[in-house]
Amino acid sequence: MSRTPEQDEADYFAARAKAAAALHNPPARTVEAPKTLFDVTEMELNFGPQHPSTHGVLRIILKVDGEKIVDAIPDVGYLHRGTEKLFETETYPMAIPHTDRMDYVAAATSNHAYCLTVEKLLGVEIPRRAQLIRVILDELQRISSHLVWLGTSGIDLGAVTPFWYCFREREQILDFFEEYCGARLTLNCMRIGGLPFDLTPRWAEAVRAFIDDFPKKIDDYETLLTDNRIWKKRTVGVGVISAEECVEWGLTGPVIRGSGVEWDLRRAQPYECYDELDFTVPTGKNGDTYDRYLVRIEEMRQSAKIIRQCLDRLEPGEIKGKVPRVIKPIAEEVYASVESPKGEIGFYLVSNGTNKPYRLHVRPPSFINLQALPRLARGHLVSDLVALIGTVDIVLGEVDR
Amino acid sequence: MSPATLQTILTAVKILLIVMVVPAIVGFVIVYAERRIMGFMQGRLGPNRVGPQGLLQGLADLVKLVTKEDLTPTRAEKVSHFLGPVLSVIPALTALALIPVGESIRIGGVETSLYVADVNVGLLFLLGITSIGVYGIILGGWASNNKFSLLGGLRSAAQLVSYEVPMGLSIVAVLLMSRSLSLVEIVRVQDRLHLWFIFPGLLSFFLYFVSGVAETNRNPFDLPEAESELVSGFNTEYSGIKFAFYFLGEYTAMIVVSSVAVTLFFGGWLAPFPHLLPGLRIVPGIVWFLIKVGFFIFCYIWFRSTFPRYRFDQLMNLGWKWLIPLSLVNIMVVAGCVLADTRHGRGLRGLGWVYTGFFILLFALSRLRRRLAAAEAR
Repeated sequence: MSRTPEQDEADYFAARAKAAAALHNPPARTVEAPKTLFDVTEMELNFGPQHPSTHGVLRIILKVDGEKIVDAIPDVGYLHRGTEKLFETETYPMAIPHTDRMDYVAAATSNHAYCLTVEKLLGVEIPRRAQLIRVILDELQRISSHLVWLGTSGIDLGAVTPFWYCFREREQILDFFEEYCGARLTLNCMRIGGLPFDLTPRWAEAVRAFIDDFPKKIDDYETLLTDNRIWKKRTVGVGVISAEECVEWGLTGPVIRGSGVEWDLRRAQPYECYDELDFTVPTGKNGDTYDRYLVRIEEMRQSAKIIRQCLDRLEPGEIKGKVPRVIKPIAEEVYASVESPKGEIGFYLVSNGTNKPYRLHVRPPSFINLQALPRLARGHLVSDLVALIGTVDIVLGEVDR
Repeated sequence: MSPATLQTILTAVKILLIVMVVPAIVGFVIVYAERRIMGFMQGRLGPNRVGPQGLLQGLADLVKLVTKEDLTPTRAEKVSHFLGPVLSVIPALTALALIPVGESIRIGGVETSLYVADVNVGLLFLLGITSIGVYGIILGGWASNNKFSLLGGLRSAAQLVSYEVPMGLSIVAVLLMSRSLSLVEIVRVQDRLHLWFIFPGLLSFFLYFVSGVAETNRNPFDLPEAESELVSGFNTEYSGIKFAFYFLGEYTAMIVVSSVAVTLFFGGWLAPFPHLLPGLRIVPGIVWFLIKVGFFIFCYIWFRSTFPRYRFDQLMNLGWKWLIPLSLVNIMVVAGCVLADTRHGRGLRGLGWVYTGFFILLFALSRLRRRLAAAEAR
């Protein structure tokens, strides 16, 4: 039996009127009175999106029993800008600046992962000098990102002073970036097939001086925190996650290494020239916040070591491979990833043979690591939640894209 | 003018001084010092724009706080919301009335003391009045009708009540040594014995100061206002002059805790080392007192820029499982030493030497450990 358009319309308006009525006269909520005053044990607490410790606009719906967390549900999307859709509307080189704005604390690694993906599709050879400079930029970015993490997670736990020290050093790194590519945060510092600019010798010397001095600065941070009893009390045994669980959740980066898995893409699937560099992948044992802290601290030292090696190997040469003027790759699907400070950042690219990607999907480490937050937080106290958000090390620009 | 009238006028003046001068000191000196010292410790400048070297920053802050709109959330409990800040300031200022800042001085032929009141149960009164200050925070947290504030208020309730106990118990040891509850008398006893109670009372002082820091909600015990967790906790919903009152209350409480520490353990207005350095006696007692209090305020600031924050359950553990048993043991030890020689306090002196030796040993050990760790790292 077919329905006439009039019937449809009538049904539609009836439904609308019903909905409007429901909206204006909501049914009286039946609140069950607690039997006694002390029956009420749970409180729902909106943690964020405007909260100093959520490191952006993360909202967590907390169910707390007193201060104990019964459940923590992250609610993401407040910074969603449709980046993945945007990629589809722009040519391949035009997408690079958008990758800056995902993990804005570590733009270079996002640039790198994207460029690597397109290069894999095109099959471009990258000159050695460009490879080395890319690694230098990546590692400087790793240091600066870890410095932001260290400073902010210190503040989360009430230690305000390390923050200023960390940002003092980060400022120097940002100055290096500014001198290299003109930008401090949204770097846009890599191109498909190579790099936009060459290094100046002065820049390399300045970076070397900074790197030589940097381990001493790390010692300074460690004096304030590593052996501090209160710091240990707040971090040891908080947010323990086992290696198996890390794998099940798909966690990467310092989080999985803190649980004792030596999983670092720089080692596991070496890209650029990482296979010839000498560095160790630090791992923890217990998979708690303290171990993740130690892992990140050690990573900063290793990054400094890597940068020094790269600076030693720098030789004059090309900085851009042979890339066609208009990038129109063959129709193919390709995935490439790099180790960002937060974990594995990867791009899954579907090309349809035009000059724009058909689909570009991002594997954002922050987003995937954030999934484990409810698992980590359950049973802990509200104070631990801020430590846990800090230790997962999320950037909302990357979570929401 | 009869001496009695003059006496009354002087008392009024002293009260006015406390009510007027202390807030000024808080606003101008302590806050300024805190921000500059923390700036220095953190490799930055701190306020340096308003007036020479930023000295007038306090004035600017005051103007801002007074002229700011005083908001009360619509669903707040109006009366309690107003009472909160008031209850946190008044007890703190009242407590100051008991603190002797120096020996008596003569003005216009009338001898006047440098305290408003010498209450013979001074210490008890002090403990009582400062614990009223707790209500200010609890009320403020509850009345704001904000879940974060409520958590802050709850935390402070538990914290302050738990830390009152070790604080009171640590003071008991001082009472045993001085045999008086009057703060003036306690200083005089220290003068008579030529022994500051910090030496036999090192442990008491430690317990007292830790509890004192917890009582004033300062780092590392600033849980009720934990900025990164509770977004300022109990004072989230306060603005303008009410916020200023909370601020004033907190800083005045800091002054009270420091002053009491100085009075009980560091000889109040007495000059240090009267035998070795008699020349120091020329400096008036009030200056000594201020220097000593200033040192403790500096410690507060120092703590703030050094320590992370405790977690709530850890704070409770520390209080109930460590500080209270320790203070009970401490009372026993001190009582034994007092009984050993009631006339000249030789037992206390001996305890002082033991503590001093122990302290030096501990210090040396920690230096050694650090040196070894550094050598190992190299």
